[in-house]
Amino acid sequence: MALKLAQSEFEIERDSQKCISCQVCVRQCSNDVHEYDSDEDIIYSDNDKCVGCHRCENLCPTGAIKIKEKEAEFKKNYNWTSSHLRNIYKQADSGGIILTGMGCDKPYPVYWDHILFNAAQVTNPSIDPLREPMEIKTFIGRKPDKLNMEISKDKNGNTKIKLKTKIPPQLELSTPIMFSAMSYGSISFNACMSLAAAASKFGTFYNTGEGGLHEDLYGFVNNTIVQVASGRFGVDKNYLNKAAAVEIKIGQGAKPGIGGHLPGEKVTRDVSRTRMIPKGTDALSPAPHHDIYSIEDLSQLIYALKEATDYKKPVGVKISAVHNVAPIASGIVRAGADFITIDGFRGGTGAAPLVIRDNVGIPIELALASVDRRLREEGIRHKVSIIVAGSIRSSSDVIKAIALGADAAYIGTAALVAMGCHLCQKCYTGKCNWGIATQDPYLTKRLNPEIGTRRLLNLLHSWSLEIKEMLGGAGINAIESLRGSREHLRGIDLSEKELAILGIKHAGEAW
Amino acid sequence: MPGRHGNYMKKIYIKEQYCIGCRLCEIHCQVKHSKSKKIIKAFKDEKEDIVSRVLVEEVGYNSFAIQCRHCSDAPCVEACISGAMVKNENTGVVTCDEEKCVGCWMCIMVCPYGVIKRDLPRGRVASKCDLCVDEDIPVCVKNCPNEALKFIDTSETDSKEEVEVESN
Repeated sequence: MALKLAQSEFEIERDSQKCISCQVCVRQCSNDVHEYDSDEDIIYSDNDKCVGCHRCENLCPTGAIKIKEKEAEFKKNYNWTSSHLRNIYKQADSGGIILTGMGCDKPYPVYWDHILFNAAQVTNPSIDPLREPMEIKTFIGRKPDKLNMEISKDKNGNTKIKLKTKIPPQLELSTPIMFSAMSYGSISFNACMSLAAAASKFGTFYNTGEGGLHEDLYGFVNNTIVQVASGRFGVDKNYLNKAAAVEIKIGQGAKPGIGGHLPGEKVTRDVSRTRMIPKGTDALSPAPHHDIYSIEDLSQLIYALKEATDYKKPVGVKISAVHNVAPIASGIVRAGADFITIDGFRGGTGAAPLVIRDNVGIPIELALASVDRRLREEGIRHKVSIIVAGSIRSSSDVIKAIALGADAAYIGTAALVAMGCHLCQKCYTGKCNWGIATQDPYLTKRLNPEIGTRRLLNLLHSWSLEIKEMLGGAGINAIESLRGSREHLRGIDLSEKELAILGIKHAGEAW
Repeated sequence: MPGRHGNYMKKIYIKEQYCIGCRLCEIHCQVKHSKSKKIIKAFKDEKEDIVSRVLVEEVGYNSFAIQCRHCSDAPCVEACISGAMVKNENTGVVTCDEEKCVGCWMCIMVCPYGVIKRDLPRGRVASKCDLCVDEDIPVCVKNCPNEALKFIDTSETDSKEEVEVESN
């Protein structure tokens, strides 16, 4: 056997007292970790093949299996960590770029966890959302500079007020949470279906990603945001008009500056039809849009899309959070975008080079704060809605994002987790045991869209309830009143510089 | 007595598009029809002796779990020579009285779904789905991790999809 330097990352513990050799684990593992020996009536497991997705552990009817992170693999070293060593071994073996999936898992500071939310005491009464009205509805789209009213009197002498200003197209969200762009191809049809159905039932939106729109999802037109990315997969007039809004994808938080590569194995007949590319061919998204090299070029695409959709749908631009995000955002507003999506560096992906995912981009909290401030300073904040993405993990992250200046948040990873994802980060292999990031018909069946939809609805429902509770606790009765209200936030364990960028006071500082 | 009562007929519907072939239905059926009713004990002590009454059929990635359909005009009842196979007029459930069964296997011969099995370990009796009459929901339905089996009151079934599944 060849020399093997990298050791397995996981250890499979099988309790022989509990194992009944029912072989559920054998049947469920797409990585062929478990093997049944009929002579001995025993199941053997190969640690090397395990990716740590916990499917077998979850489905084992007797709880006989435990998947454990293998400890003390290498001699302890704070500089040369086991992940560094393992990656070097892998690259010395393969000579290639290391791929990964999902978001950055490195211990960079998570600013959400250093921000505390306010509550009302004595001088401003808190509100009980179960007994009093609480509005978390919000609108995404360009707002007019001012409102012109026509005031007239009718024949009975009653005053009539009519709005004269034409309001640009808006998306109405029943909760400030949407499902972020995940393409059909990177995720299964059943996963797309679950997202679409949940968004539609809850009154919010899901985003098709750059993979086109499967015709079986045309019915969700009022809750669909379609994406136009550098590969232009599946984009035609029909596609644009089967959506409530259009998003131009410039970048993705997990891999700023990098294009996409859907391997040919995932381009099944349905994916090829949806993407409008030949079956079995690699779907390559170029790193840049080859027709966008400036804000002026971007403006041309924005207006081309507005023309194609008859100026009836908001057209937005998604960028990843990079160092220069604030001036870029300003340019995007001036280019005519109705909303900007900022995707932080912890955002997920179906496949990205590890080195990019873990080292490129900036945290969404800082990007959001600086974009919101910049747009306010320039007096153009109202011209655009800001949607944040990139590891929104809980309702508290959503509410903090809104107080920092966001209009709404996109959740991608959280939605996948609700559908069963265990963050094993192997999306790029196409062997997702949970039936999410795969096109293998044996695996895609594992996600029943009825269950997926129900679980996503539950997630939206519970987060919305929590947002209402937190708003009520702070004495606010509408999410729109919280937007950009940074006085409701306090930093903890942050430096002066971090506080200055976030535009918040430190905990303990009063008004 | 816990379980289902009353004059209604509930049936198990198969959603083969969501069957993942894990065979947890078979495992839990075996436990349910074991002596101990405890999963580990049942498999350690009686594994060879308990026959699952639900069967997972598999070809490639297509699979589905099938058990007795409790046919309205059950041919097994007609074919039974000893009067062991009976259909309860109230609940519609077809059961085999194992005391009366003589093991002639005529029921197996006539069953259009092939869901009656010989239970040789327990004597020459025919083994088939009893719809877990003492449970609220049959264990195969309850333990299906992907809801590929559904237990639906036939009198309330108006969904086209479910009727289609039945006719399949």
